Amino acid sequence: MGQVVQYIQSYLTSSQTPGAAGNMFWVLVYILLVFVGLSVAVIAMNWLERKILAHMQVRLGPMRVGPHGLMQPIADALKLLLKEDIMPAEADGLIFWVAPFIVVLAAFTVFVVVPFGPTHAITDMNIGILFMLGVSSLSVLGIVMAGWASNSHYPLIGALRSSAQMVSYEVAMGLAVVSAILMTSLNAEGTGTLSMIGIVQAQQAQGEWFIFKFFPLGLIAFFIFAVAMVAETNRAPFDLAEAESELTAGFHTEYSGFRWSLFFLAEYSAMIAVSSIAVTLWLGGWLRPFPNMLSGHIWDQVFALFPGITFLLFAAMCFYNTVRMPKHPLFRVQTIGLAGFGVVLGLIGLILFIPVVSTRIQDIFWFSAKVAGFMYLYIWYRGTFPRYRFDQLMRMGWKVLLPLGLGVLILTASVALLQEKIWHP
Amino acid sequence: MLIGGILVITRKNPVHSALALIVTLLAQASIYLMLYAPFVAGVQIILYAGGIMVLFLFVIMLVSIDRSMKERQFNSQWVVGIVAATALGGLFIAVYTKGKDIFPEHALPMVENDNTQQIATMLYGQYMFAFEIASLLLLVAIIGAVVMAKKRI
Repeated sequence: MGQVVQYIQSYLTSSQTPGAAGNMFWVLVYILLVFVGLSVAVIAMNWLERKILAHMQVRLGPMRVGPHGLMQPIADALKLLLKEDIMPAEADGLIFWVAPFIVVLAAFTVFVVVPFGPTHAITDMNIGILFMLGVSSLSVLGIVMAGWASNSHYPLIGALRSSAQMVSYEVAMGLAVVSAILMTSLNAEGTGTLSMIGIVQAQQAQGEWFIFKFFPLGLIAFFIFAVAMVAETNRAPFDLAEAESELTAGFHTEYSGFRWSLFFLAEYSAMIAVSSIAVTLWLGGWLRPFPNMLSGHIWDQVFALFPGITFLLFAAMCFYNTVRMPKHPLFRVQTIGLAGFGVVLGLIGLILFIPVVSTRIQDIFWFSAKVAGFMYLYIWYRGTFPRYRFDQLMRMGWKVLLPLGLGVLILTASVALLQEKIWHP
Repeated sequence: MLIGGILVITRKNPVHSALALIVTLLAQASIYLMLYAPFVAGVQIILYAGGIMVLFLFVIMLVSIDRSMKERQFNSQWVVGIVAATALGGLFIAVYTKGKDIFPEHALPMVENDNTQQIATMLYGQYMFAFEIASLLLLVAIIGAVVMAKKRI
Protein backbone atom coordinates (compact mmCIF):
# COMPACT_ATOMS: atom_id res chain seq x y z
CA MET A 1 0.00 0.00 0.00
CA GLY A 2 2.81 2.37 0.92
CA GLN A 3 4.46 1.54 -2.37
CA VAL A 4 1.33 2.45 -4.27
CA VAL A 5 1.09 5.80 -2.51
CA GLN A 6 4.76 6.43 -3.19
CA TYR A 7 4.24 5.51 -6.83
CA ILE A 8 1.40 7.95 -7.20
CA GLN A 9 3.39 10.63 -5.42
CA SER A 10 6.32 10.10 -7.75
CA TYR A 11 3.91 10.63 -10.62
CA LEU A 12 2.46 13.79 -9.12
CA THR A 13 5.89 15.41 -8.95
CA SER A 14 7.01 14.34 -12.41
CA SER A 15 7.49 16.99 -15.04
CA GLN A 16 7.16 14.76 -18.10
CA THR A 17 4.30 13.31 -20.04
CA PRO A 18 3.82 9.62 -19.30
CA GLY A 19 4.67 8.74 -22.89
CA ALA A 20 7.94 10.63 -22.76
CA ALA A 21 8.79 9.04 -19.43
CA GLY A 22 8.07 5.63 -20.94
CA ASN A 23 5.70 4.77 -18.13
CA MET A 24 3.27 2.25 -19.54
CA PHE A 25 0.92 2.25 -16.54
CA TRP A 26 0.27 5.97 -16.61
CA VAL A 27 -0.01 5.92 -20.38
CA LEU A 28 -2.83 3.42 -20.07
CA VAL A 29 -4.49 5.45 -17.32
CA TYR A 30 -4.26 8.55 -19.46
CA ILE A 31 -5.65 6.83 -22.53
CA LEU A 32 -8.60 5.61 -20.47
CA LEU A 33 -9.10 9.06 -18.95
CA VAL A 34 -8.99 10.75 -22.35
CA PHE A 35 -11.37 8.20 -23.80
CA VAL A 36 -13.87 8.54 -20.98
CA GLY A 37 -13.50 12.31 -20.93
CA LEU A 38 -14.11 12.52 -24.67
CA SER A 39 -17.16 10.31 -24.52
CA VAL A 40 -18.60 12.40 -21.70
CA ALA A 41 -17.79 15.56 -23.64
CA VAL A 42 -19.54 14.21 -26.72
CA ILE A 43 -22.61 13.29 -24.66
CA ALA A 44 -22.59 16.73 -23.06
CA MET A 45 -22.17 18.35 -26.47
CA ASN A 46 -25.16 16.44 -27.78
CA TRP A 47 -27.36 17.81 -25.02
CA LEU A 48 -25.87 21.31 -25.10
CA GLU A 49 -26.20 21.61 -28.86
CA ARG A 50 -29.86 20.74 -28.81
CA LYS A 51 -30.54 22.99 -25.84
CA ILE A 52 -28.60 25.99 -27.11
CA LEU A 53 -29.95 25.69 -30.64
CA ALA A 54 -33.45 25.43 -29.22
CA HIS A 55 -33.00 28.52 -27.08
CA MET A 56 -31.56 30.40 -30.05
CA GLN A 57 -34.74 29.58 -31.97
CA VAL A 58 -36.99 30.41 -28.99
CA ARG A 59 -37.87 26.77 -28.33
CA LEU A 60 -37.34 24.72 -25.22
CA GLY A 61 -35.50 21.76 -26.67
CA PRO A 62 -35.53 18.40 -24.85
CA MET A 63 -37.50 18.78 -21.62
CA ARG A 64 -39.08 15.39 -20.95
CA VAL A 65 -36.30 12.97 -20.04
CA GLY A 66 -34.92 14.13 -16.73
CA PRO A 67 -34.93 17.73 -15.50
CA HIS A 68 -34.41 20.04 -18.49
CA GLY A 69 -33.81 16.97 -20.62
CA LEU A 70 -30.51 16.20 -18.90
CA MET A 71 -30.95 12.47 -19.42
CA GLN A 72 -31.89 12.86 -23.09
CA PRO A 73 -28.45 11.91 -24.51
CA ILE A 74 -28.41 8.74 -22.42
CA ALA A 75 -31.87 7.81 -23.67
CA ASP A 76 -30.71 8.53 -27.21
CA ALA A 77 -27.63 6.37 -26.81
CA LEU A 78 -29.74 3.50 -25.50
CA LYS A 79 -32.14 3.87 -28.40
CA LEU A 80 -29.26 3.79 -30.90
CA LEU A 81 -27.74 0.69 -29.34
CA LEU A 82 -31.04 -1.17 -29.41
CA LYS A 83 -31.88 -0.21 -32.99
CA GLU A 84 -31.70 -2.75 -35.77
CA ASP A 85 -28.44 -2.64 -37.64
CA ILE A 86 -29.36 -2.46 -41.31
CA MET A 87 -27.02 -3.10 -44.19
CA PRO A 88 -28.30 -2.39 -47.71
CA ALA A 89 -28.53 -5.52 -49.86
CA GLU A 90 -26.30 -4.22 -52.64
CA ALA A 91 -23.74 -2.70 -50.27
CA ASP A 92 -20.09 -3.68 -50.29
CA GLY A 93 -20.08 -5.61 -47.02
CA LEU A 94 -16.50 -5.34 -45.80
CA ILE A 95 -16.01 -1.68 -46.65
CA PHE A 96 -19.42 -0.77 -45.30
CA TRP A 97 -18.45 -2.51 -42.09
CA VAL A 98 -14.98 -1.00 -41.78
CA ALA A 99 -15.74 2.63 -42.69
CA PRO A 100 -17.24 3.86 -39.39
CA PHE A 101 -14.39 2.30 -37.46
CA ILE A 102 -11.81 4.09 -39.57
CA VAL A 103 -13.54 7.41 -38.97
CA VAL A 104 -13.70 6.80 -35.22
CA LEU A 105 -10.11 5.56 -35.07
CA ALA A 106 -8.84 8.63 -36.89
CA ALA A 107 -10.84 10.93 -34.65
CA PHE A 108 -9.65 9.33 -31.42
CA THR A 109 -6.02 8.56 -32.30
CA VAL A 110 -5.41 12.27 -32.71
CA PHE A 111 -5.81 12.78 -28.97
CA VAL A 112 -2.55 10.95 -28.32
CA VAL A 113 -0.67 14.22 -28.71
CA VAL A 114 -3.22 16.77 -27.49
CA PRO A 115 -1.52 18.67 -24.66
CA PHE A 116 -3.98 19.25 -21.82
CA GLY A 117 -1.05 20.51 -19.80
CA PRO A 118 2.74 20.39 -19.72
CA THR A 119 2.53 16.95 -18.15
CA HIS A 120 -1.04 16.09 -19.06
CA ALA A 121 -0.73 14.55 -22.48
CA ILE A 122 -0.56 10.91 -23.38
CA THR A 123 2.72 11.55 -25.10
CA ASP A 124 4.68 14.28 -26.76
CA MET A 125 5.86 13.64 -30.29
CA ASN A 126 8.33 15.87 -32.02
CA ILE A 127 6.06 15.80 -35.06
CA GLY A 128 2.94 16.35 -32.96
CA ILE A 129 1.07 18.82 -35.13
CA LEU A 130 1.97 16.92 -38.29
CA PHE A 131 0.68 13.74 -36.71
CA MET A 132 -2.58 15.43 -35.80
CA LEU A 133 -3.15 16.83 -39.29
CA GLY A 134 -2.15 13.55 -40.92
CA VAL A 135 -4.30 11.27 -38.83
CA SER A 136 -7.30 13.57 -38.97
CA SER A 137 -6.95 13.67 -42.75
CA LEU A 138 -7.36 9.89 -42.73
CA SER A 139 -10.96 10.30 -41.64
CA VAL A 140 -11.77 11.46 -45.18
CA LEU A 141 -11.00 7.93 -46.27
CA GLY A 142 -13.58 6.53 -43.92
CA ILE A 143 -16.18 8.98 -45.18
CA VAL A 144 -15.43 8.19 -48.82
CA MET A 145 -15.56 4.47 -48.10
CA ALA A 146 -18.87 4.81 -46.28
CA GLY A 147 -20.38 6.81 -49.10
CA TRP A 148 -19.23 4.45 -51.79
CA ALA A 149 -19.95 1.19 -50.00
CA SER A 150 -23.55 2.18 -49.33
CA ASN A 151 -24.12 1.77 -53.08
CA SER A 152 -26.71 4.49 -53.18
CA HIS A 153 -26.83 7.93 -54.74
CA TYR A 154 -27.19 10.30 -51.81
CA PRO A 155 -24.32 8.82 -49.80
CA LEU A 156 -22.05 8.84 -52.86
CA ILE A 157 -22.76 12.48 -53.62
CA GLY A 158 -22.34 13.34 -49.96
CA ALA A 159 -19.03 11.51 -49.75
CA LEU A 160 -17.71 13.16 -52.92
CA ARG A 161 -18.73 16.57 -51.67
CA SER A 162 -17.21 16.05 -48.29
CA SER A 163 -13.93 14.67 -49.61
CA ALA A 164 -13.55 17.49 -52.15
CA GLN A 165 -14.27 19.96 -49.41
CA MET A 166 -11.88 18.43 -46.90
CA VAL A 167 -9.03 18.05 -49.37
CA SER A 168 -9.30 21.64 -50.54
CA TYR A 169 -9.65 23.18 -47.10
CA GLU A 170 -6.75 21.13 -45.79
CA VAL A 171 -4.45 23.26 -47.95
CA ALA A 172 -5.52 26.56 -46.40
CA MET A 173 -5.45 24.95 -42.98
CA GLY A 174 -1.91 23.71 -43.52
CA LEU A 175 -0.70 27.16 -44.57
CA ALA A 176 -2.21 28.75 -41.46
CA VAL A 177 -0.60 26.09 -39.27
CA VAL A 178 2.79 26.61 -40.92
CA SER A 179 2.68 30.34 -40.23
CA ALA A 180 2.01 29.59 -36.56
CA ILE A 181 4.84 27.07 -36.44
CA LEU A 182 7.12 29.68 -37.97
CA MET A 183 6.47 31.86 -34.95
CA THR A 184 7.79 29.18 -32.62
CA SER A 185 11.24 29.60 -34.13
CA LEU A 186 11.66 33.12 -32.75
CA ASN A 187 13.94 32.12 -29.92
CA ALA A 188 17.64 32.26 -29.16
CA GLU A 189 18.51 29.10 -31.08
CA GLY A 190 16.34 30.04 -34.02
CA THR A 191 14.80 26.59 -34.35
CA GLY A 192 11.09 26.02 -34.21
CA THR A 193 9.21 22.95 -33.12
CA LEU A 194 6.35 20.79 -34.32
CA SER A 195 5.63 19.26 -30.94
CA MET A 196 2.31 20.33 -29.45
CA ILE A 197 3.80 20.88 -26.00
CA GLY A 198 6.76 22.71 -27.53
CA ILE A 199 4.43 25.10 -29.36
CA VAL A 200 2.68 26.12 -26.14
CA GLN A 201 5.99 26.43 -24.35
CA ALA A 202 7.22 28.71 -27.13
CA GLN A 203 4.21 30.94 -26.52
CA GLN A 204 5.00 30.92 -22.82
CA ALA A 205 8.62 31.81 -23.47
CA GLN A 206 7.74 34.64 -25.83
CA GLY A 207 5.12 35.90 -23.38
CA GLU A 208 2.55 36.20 -26.12
CA TRP A 209 -0.20 34.02 -27.55
CA PHE A 210 0.35 33.56 -31.25
CA ILE A 211 -3.06 35.05 -32.05
CA PHE A 212 -1.68 38.44 -30.95
CA LYS A 213 1.77 37.89 -32.42
CA PHE A 214 2.73 40.28 -35.28
CA PHE A 215 -0.71 41.83 -35.13
CA PRO A 216 -2.73 41.28 -37.33
CA LEU A 217 -0.82 38.39 -38.95
CA GLY A 218 -1.47 35.93 -36.14
CA LEU A 219 -5.10 36.94 -36.04
CA ILE A 220 -5.55 36.40 -39.79
CA ALA A 221 -3.88 33.00 -39.63
CA PHE A 222 -6.16 32.10 -36.74
CA PHE A 223 -9.17 33.28 -38.73
CA ILE A 224 -8.17 31.12 -41.71
CA PHE A 225 -7.79 28.12 -39.44
CA ALA A 226 -11.06 28.85 -37.68
CA VAL A 227 -12.92 28.86 -41.00
CA ALA A 228 -11.06 25.86 -42.40
CA MET A 229 -11.64 23.78 -39.29
CA VAL A 230 -15.40 24.21 -39.55
CA ALA A 231 -15.17 23.04 -43.16
CA GLU A 232 -12.88 20.17 -42.17
CA THR A 233 -15.39 18.81 -39.71
CA ASN A 234 -18.32 19.19 -42.15
CA ARG A 235 -20.25 21.40 -39.81
CA ALA A 236 -22.70 24.18 -40.62
CA PRO A 237 -22.36 26.49 -42.54
CA PHE A 238 -20.13 24.11 -44.53
CA ASP A 239 -22.22 20.98 -43.95
CA LEU A 240 -22.98 20.39 -47.61
CA ALA A 241 -21.87 16.81 -47.26
CA GLU A 242 -24.84 16.12 -45.02
CA ALA A 243 -27.23 18.80 -46.19
CA GLU A 244 -30.57 17.46 -44.98
CA SER A 245 -32.62 19.32 -47.53
CA GLU A 246 -30.65 17.98 -50.49
CA LEU A 247 -29.03 14.68 -49.52
CA THR A 248 -31.09 13.40 -46.56
CA ALA A 249 -28.02 12.74 -44.40
CA GLY A 250 -25.12 12.59 -46.83
CA PHE A 251 -22.56 9.84 -46.54
CA HIS A 252 -24.20 8.10 -43.57
CA THR A 253 -27.71 7.96 -44.99
CA GLU A 254 -27.69 4.16 -45.15
CA TYR A 255 -26.24 3.65 -41.70
CA SER A 256 -28.35 2.98 -38.67
CA GLY A 257 -28.07 2.09 -35.02
CA PHE A 258 -24.65 1.60 -33.55
CA ARG A 259 -22.68 2.37 -36.70
CA TRP A 260 -24.48 5.64 -37.19
CA SER A 261 -23.68 6.55 -33.61
CA LEU A 262 -20.01 5.85 -34.38
CA PHE A 263 -20.14 8.50 -37.11
CA PHE A 264 -21.78 10.84 -34.66
CA LEU A 265 -19.10 10.17 -32.06
CA ALA A 266 -16.37 10.70 -34.65
CA GLU A 267 -17.85 13.97 -35.83
CA TYR A 268 -17.95 15.47 -32.37
CA SER A 269 -14.56 14.20 -31.28
CA ALA A 270 -13.08 15.53 -34.53
CA MET A 271 -14.61 18.88 -33.65
CA ILE A 272 -12.94 18.74 -30.26
CA ALA A 273 -9.66 17.69 -31.88
CA VAL A 274 -9.47 20.56 -34.37
CA SER A 275 -10.54 23.00 -31.66
CA SER A 276 -7.70 21.78 -29.52
CA ILE A 277 -5.28 22.32 -32.42
CA ALA A 278 -6.52 25.89 -32.68
CA VAL A 279 -6.24 26.38 -28.91
CA THR A 280 -2.73 24.94 -28.86
CA LEU A 281 -1.42 26.92 -31.79
CA TRP A 282 -2.97 30.33 -31.24
CA LEU A 283 -4.65 30.57 -27.86
CA GLY A 284 -1.81 29.48 -25.64
CA GLY A 285 -2.96 25.92 -24.91
CA TRP A 286 -3.07 25.34 -21.18
CA LEU A 287 -1.77 28.83 -20.23
CA ARG A 288 -4.14 30.95 -18.19
CA PRO A 289 -5.52 34.15 -19.73
CA PHE A 290 -3.90 37.56 -19.11
CA PRO A 291 -0.44 36.23 -18.27
CA ASN A 292 1.19 39.65 -18.73
CA MET A 293 -1.39 42.21 -17.65
CA LEU A 294 -2.38 40.38 -14.48
CA SER A 295 0.92 38.73 -13.66
CA GLY A 296 2.41 37.99 -10.28
CA HIS A 297 1.91 35.54 -7.47
CA ILE A 298 -1.38 36.96 -6.23
CA TRP A 299 -3.03 36.79 -9.64
CA ASP A 300 -1.75 33.24 -10.03
CA GLN A 301 -3.56 32.39 -6.82
CA VAL A 302 -6.72 34.12 -8.00
CA PHE A 303 -6.72 32.31 -11.33
CA ALA A 304 -6.12 29.01 -9.54
CA LEU A 305 -9.56 29.48 -7.94
CA PHE A 306 -11.36 29.49 -11.28
CA PRO A 307 -11.82 25.71 -11.76
CA GLY A 308 -13.48 25.39 -8.37
CA ILE A 309 -15.63 28.48 -8.90
CA THR A 310 -16.85 27.14 -12.24
CA PHE A 311 -18.02 23.88 -10.71
CA LEU A 312 -19.63 25.72 -7.80
CA LEU A 313 -21.50 27.86 -10.34
CA PHE A 314 -22.76 24.70 -12.06
CA ALA A 315 -23.84 23.39 -8.67
CA ALA A 316 -25.59 26.64 -7.86
CA MET A 317 -27.46 26.43 -11.16
CA CYS A 318 -28.58 22.91 -10.28
CA PHE A 319 -29.83 24.02 -6.87
CA TYR A 320 -31.61 27.04 -8.32
CA ASN A 321 -33.46 24.80 -10.73
CA THR A 322 -34.16 22.27 -7.99
CA VAL A 323 -36.05 24.99 -6.17
CA ARG A 324 -37.88 25.91 -9.37
CA MET A 325 -38.96 22.33 -10.13
CA PRO A 326 -42.73 21.75 -10.14
CA LYS A 327 -43.94 20.71 -6.68
CA HIS A 328 -45.93 17.79 -8.03
CA PRO A 329 -45.33 14.32 -6.56
CA LEU A 330 -44.57 13.01 -10.08
CA PHE A 331 -41.50 15.20 -10.23
CA ARG A 332 -40.10 14.11 -6.88
CA VAL A 333 -37.52 11.68 -8.31
CA GLN A 334 -36.32 14.24 -10.82
CA THR A 335 -36.03 16.92 -8.14
CA ILE A 336 -34.01 14.68 -5.86
CA GLY A 337 -31.83 13.62 -8.80
CA LEU A 338 -31.10 17.20 -9.77
CA ALA A 339 -30.24 18.10 -6.18
CA GLY A 340 -27.93 15.09 -6.01
CA PHE A 341 -26.24 16.14 -9.25
CA GLY A 342 -25.78 19.61 -7.79
CA VAL A 343 -24.22 18.15 -4.65
CA VAL A 344 -21.78 16.08 -6.72
CA LEU A 345 -20.78 19.10 -8.81
CA GLY A 346 -20.37 21.19 -5.66
CA LEU A 347 -18.16 18.54 -4.06
CA ILE A 348 -15.97 18.43 -7.19
CA GLY A 349 -15.75 22.21 -6.99
CA LEU A 350 -14.70 22.05 -3.33
CA ILE A 351 -12.05 19.43 -4.10
CA LEU A 352 -10.69 21.70 -6.79
CA PHE A 353 -10.12 24.44 -4.19
CA ILE A 354 -7.44 22.32 -2.45
CA PRO A 355 -4.17 24.04 -3.46
CA VAL A 356 -2.33 20.84 -4.44
CA VAL A 357 -5.16 19.69 -6.67
CA SER A 358 -5.81 23.09 -8.18
CA THR A 359 -2.20 23.69 -9.22
CA ARG A 360 -2.13 20.24 -10.78
CA ILE A 361 -5.50 20.49 -12.49
CA GLN A 362 -5.47 24.16 -13.57
CA ASP A 363 -3.86 23.58 -16.95
CA ILE A 364 -6.46 20.96 -17.87
CA PHE A 365 -9.18 23.38 -16.82
CA TRP A 366 -7.95 26.26 -18.96
CA PHE A 367 -7.41 24.02 -21.96
CA SER A 368 -10.88 22.53 -21.66
CA ALA A 369 -12.42 25.94 -21.11
CA LYS A 370 -10.88 27.29 -24.30
CA VAL A 371 -11.98 24.20 -26.25
CA ALA A 372 -15.46 24.58 -24.76
CA GLY A 373 -15.52 28.13 -26.10
CA PHE A 374 -14.88 26.75 -29.56
CA MET A 375 -17.61 24.17 -29.12
CA TYR A 376 -20.03 26.96 -28.30
CA LEU A 377 -18.88 28.78 -31.44
CA TYR A 378 -19.69 25.68 -33.49
CA ILE A 379 -23.22 25.61 -32.12
CA TRP A 380 -23.53 29.34 -32.62
CA TYR A 381 -22.48 29.03 -36.28
CA ARG A 382 -25.00 26.32 -36.80
CA GLY A 383 -27.74 28.40 -35.28
CA THR A 384 -27.03 31.56 -37.22
CA PHE A 385 -25.34 30.99 -40.59
CA PRO A 386 -27.18 29.85 -43.71
CA ARG A 387 -25.59 26.99 -45.60
CA TYR A 388 -23.16 27.76 -48.41
CA ARG A 389 -23.70 26.59 -51.96
CA PHE A 390 -21.03 24.19 -53.19
CA ASP A 391 -19.44 26.54 -55.74
CA GLN A 392 -19.40 29.31 -53.13
CA LEU A 393 -17.68 26.93 -50.76
CA MET A 394 -15.02 26.01 -53.29
CA ARG A 395 -14.48 29.64 -54.27
CA MET A 396 -14.12 30.55 -50.62
CA GLY A 397 -11.54 27.80 -50.08
CA TRP A 398 -9.40 28.25 -53.16
CA LYS A 399 -9.78 31.93 -54.02
CA VAL A 400 -10.03 33.56 -50.59
CA LEU A 401 -8.50 31.41 -47.90
CA LEU A 402 -5.62 29.96 -49.90
CA PRO A 403 -4.17 33.28 -51.18
CA LEU A 404 -4.78 34.81 -47.77
CA GLY A 405 -2.90 31.93 -46.17
CA LEU A 406 0.00 32.23 -48.60
CA GLY A 407 0.19 35.98 -48.01
CA VAL A 408 0.15 35.58 -44.25
CA LEU A 409 2.84 32.91 -44.46
CA ILE A 410 5.13 35.09 -46.57
CA LEU A 411 4.50 38.17 -44.42
CA THR A 412 5.09 36.25 -41.21
CA ALA A 413 8.35 34.88 -42.55
CA SER A 414 9.54 38.32 -43.65
CA VAL A 415 8.55 40.01 -40.40
CA ALA A 416 10.26 37.27 -38.41
CA LEU A 417 13.39 37.67 -40.54
CA LEU A 418 13.31 41.45 -40.17
CA GLN A 419 12.96 41.19 -36.43
CA GLU A 420 15.88 38.83 -36.28
CA LYS A 421 18.07 40.97 -38.51
CA ILE A 422 17.21 44.48 -37.29
CA TRP A 423 16.25 44.28 -33.65
CA HIS A 424 18.53 41.44 -32.65
CA PRO A 425 21.55 41.62 -34.95
CA MET B 1 2.80 -4.05 -46.20
CA LEU B 2 3.39 -7.09 -48.36
CA ILE B 3 -0.17 -8.29 -47.86
CA GLY B 4 -1.43 -4.88 -48.87
CA GLY B 5 0.77 -4.90 -51.95
CA ILE B 6 -0.41 -8.30 -53.05
CA LEU B 7 -4.02 -7.30 -52.52
CA VAL B 8 -3.50 -4.22 -54.71
CA ILE B 9 -2.77 -6.33 -57.76
CA THR B 10 -5.07 -9.27 -57.12
CA ARG B 11 -8.34 -7.54 -56.23
CA LYS B 12 -10.70 -7.26 -59.16
CA ASN B 13 -12.59 -4.28 -57.79
CA PRO B 14 -10.48 -1.13 -58.33
CA VAL B 15 -11.81 0.46 -55.15
CA HIS B 16 -10.61 -2.49 -53.11
CA SER B 17 -7.24 -2.20 -54.84
CA ALA B 18 -6.99 1.46 -53.95
CA LEU B 19 -7.83 0.73 -50.31
CA ALA B 20 -5.21 -2.00 -50.21
CA LEU B 21 -2.75 0.52 -51.61
CA ILE B 22 -3.59 2.84 -48.72
CA VAL B 23 -2.80 0.03 -46.30
CA THR B 24 0.53 -0.41 -48.07
CA LEU B 25 1.34 3.28 -47.82
CA LEU B 26 0.47 3.36 -44.12
CA ALA B 27 2.69 0.35 -43.53
CA GLN B 28 5.45 2.19 -45.34
CA ALA B 29 4.95 5.17 -43.03
CA SER B 30 5.40 2.88 -40.06
CA ILE B 31 8.63 1.57 -41.59
CA TYR B 32 9.84 5.17 -41.77
CA LEU B 33 8.94 5.53 -38.10
CA MET B 34 10.99 2.47 -37.26
CA LEU B 35 13.90 4.03 -39.14
CA TYR B 36 13.72 7.06 -36.80
CA ALA B 37 12.36 9.32 -39.51
CA PRO B 38 9.12 10.59 -37.96
CA PHE B 39 8.90 13.66 -40.16
CA VAL B 40 8.98 11.62 -43.35
CA ALA B 41 6.40 9.27 -41.86
CA GLY B 42 4.06 12.15 -41.04
CA VAL B 43 4.43 13.66 -44.48
CA GLN B 44 3.83 10.24 -46.01
CA ILE B 45 0.54 9.91 -44.16
CA ILE B 46 -0.63 13.45 -44.98
CA LEU B 47 0.35 13.47 -48.63
CA TYR B 48 -0.14 9.93 -49.84
CA ALA B 49 -2.74 8.37 -47.60
CA GLY B 50 -4.68 11.55 -46.84
CA GLY B 51 -4.34 13.51 -50.05
CA ILE B 52 -3.38 11.63 -53.16
CA MET B 53 -5.23 8.42 -52.41
CA VAL B 54 -8.43 10.32 -51.68
CA LEU B 55 -8.22 11.88 -55.13
CA PHE B 56 -7.51 8.43 -56.56
CA LEU B 57 -10.59 6.98 -54.88
CA PHE B 58 -12.54 9.98 -56.04
CA VAL B 59 -11.78 9.26 -59.68
CA ILE B 60 -12.22 5.50 -59.38
CA MET B 61 -15.62 5.87 -57.76
CA LEU B 62 -16.87 8.11 -60.53
CA VAL B 63 -15.79 5.64 -63.19
CA SER B 64 -18.18 2.76 -63.66
CA ILE B 65 -16.66 -0.32 -62.11
CA ASP B 66 -18.77 -2.85 -63.96
CA ARG B 67 -16.60 -2.74 -67.04
CA SER B 68 -13.32 -3.12 -65.22
CA MET B 69 -14.68 -6.11 -63.32
CA LYS B 70 -15.03 -8.00 -66.57
CA GLU B 71 -11.62 -7.14 -67.96
CA ARG B 72 -8.80 -9.63 -67.88
CA GLN B 73 -6.57 -8.70 -64.98
CA PHE B 74 -3.20 -10.16 -65.87
CA ASN B 75 -1.41 -10.01 -69.18
CA SER B 76 0.49 -13.20 -69.84
CA GLN B 77 4.07 -11.99 -69.99
CA TRP B 78 5.27 -14.83 -67.79
CA VAL B 79 8.87 -14.90 -69.04
CA VAL B 80 9.60 -11.24 -68.38
CA GLY B 81 7.89 -11.48 -65.01
CA ILE B 82 9.89 -14.47 -63.90
CA VAL B 83 13.17 -12.86 -65.01
CA ALA B 84 12.41 -9.66 -63.14
CA ALA B 85 11.35 -11.55 -60.04
CA THR B 86 14.49 -13.69 -59.98
CA ALA B 87 16.68 -10.62 -60.48
CA LEU B 88 15.03 -8.79 -57.59
CA GLY B 89 15.07 -11.88 -55.38
CA GLY B 90 18.73 -12.45 -56.16
CA LEU B 91 19.49 -8.86 -55.24
CA PHE B 92 17.70 -9.24 -51.91
CA ILE B 93 19.54 -12.47 -51.12
CA ALA B 94 22.87 -10.90 -52.08
CA VAL B 95 22.24 -7.89 -49.84
CA TYR B 96 21.13 -10.13 -47.00
CA THR B 97 24.13 -12.41 -47.14
CA LYS B 98 26.87 -9.95 -48.04
CA GLY B 99 25.27 -6.84 -46.58
CA LYS B 100 27.56 -6.64 -43.58
CA ASP B 101 30.17 -4.68 -45.50
CA ILE B 102 27.71 -2.28 -47.05
CA PHE B 103 25.78 -1.25 -43.99
CA PRO B 104 27.36 0.25 -40.85
CA GLU B 105 28.09 -2.30 -38.17
CA HIS B 106 26.38 -0.70 -35.20
CA ALA B 107 22.95 0.89 -34.92
CA LEU B 108 22.59 4.41 -36.18
CA PRO B 109 22.53 7.17 -33.56
CA MET B 110 19.08 8.27 -32.50
CA VAL B 111 18.34 11.40 -34.49
CA GLU B 112 14.67 11.40 -33.64
CA ASN B 113 14.71 14.55 -31.57
CA ASP B 114 16.01 16.98 -34.14
CA ASN B 115 15.01 14.98 -37.18
CA THR B 116 12.79 17.72 -38.57
CA GLN B 117 15.44 20.40 -38.12
CA GLN B 118 18.02 18.22 -39.86
CA ILE B 119 15.74 17.67 -42.82
CA ALA B 120 15.19 21.41 -43.02
CA THR B 121 18.88 22.28 -42.96
CA MET B 122 19.58 19.64 -45.60
CA LEU B 123 16.74 20.68 -47.90
CA TYR B 124 17.35 24.40 -47.66
CA GLY B 125 21.12 24.23 -47.31
CA GLN B 126 22.95 21.47 -49.06
CA TYR B 127 20.26 20.46 -51.54
CA MET B 128 18.75 23.90 -52.09
CA PHE B 129 19.21 23.83 -55.87
CA ALA B 130 17.66 20.40 -56.36
CA PHE B 131 14.76 21.38 -54.11
CA GLU B 132 14.05 24.53 -56.08
CA ILE B 133 14.30 22.70 -59.40
CA ALA B 134 11.84 20.09 -58.15
CA SER B 135 9.38 22.78 -57.08
CA LEU B 136 9.73 24.47 -60.46
CA LEU B 137 8.97 21.14 -62.13
CA LEU B 138 5.82 20.79 -60.04
CA LEU B 139 4.79 24.32 -60.96
CA VAL B 140 5.19 23.49 -64.64
CA ALA B 141 3.07 20.37 -64.11
CA ILE B 142 0.33 22.41 -62.44
CA ILE B 143 0.29 24.98 -65.23
CA GLY B 144 0.24 22.18 -67.79
CA ALA B 145 -2.74 20.55 -66.11
CA VAL B 146 -4.62 23.84 -66.05
CA VAL B 147 -3.84 24.52 -69.70
CA MET B 148 -4.98 21.06 -70.73
CA ALA B 149 -8.13 21.15 -68.66
CA LYS B 150 -9.27 24.58 -69.69
CA LYS B 151 -10.30 25.15 -73.28
CA ARG B 152 -10.24 28.92 -73.18
CA ILE B 153 -7.74 30.70 -70.96
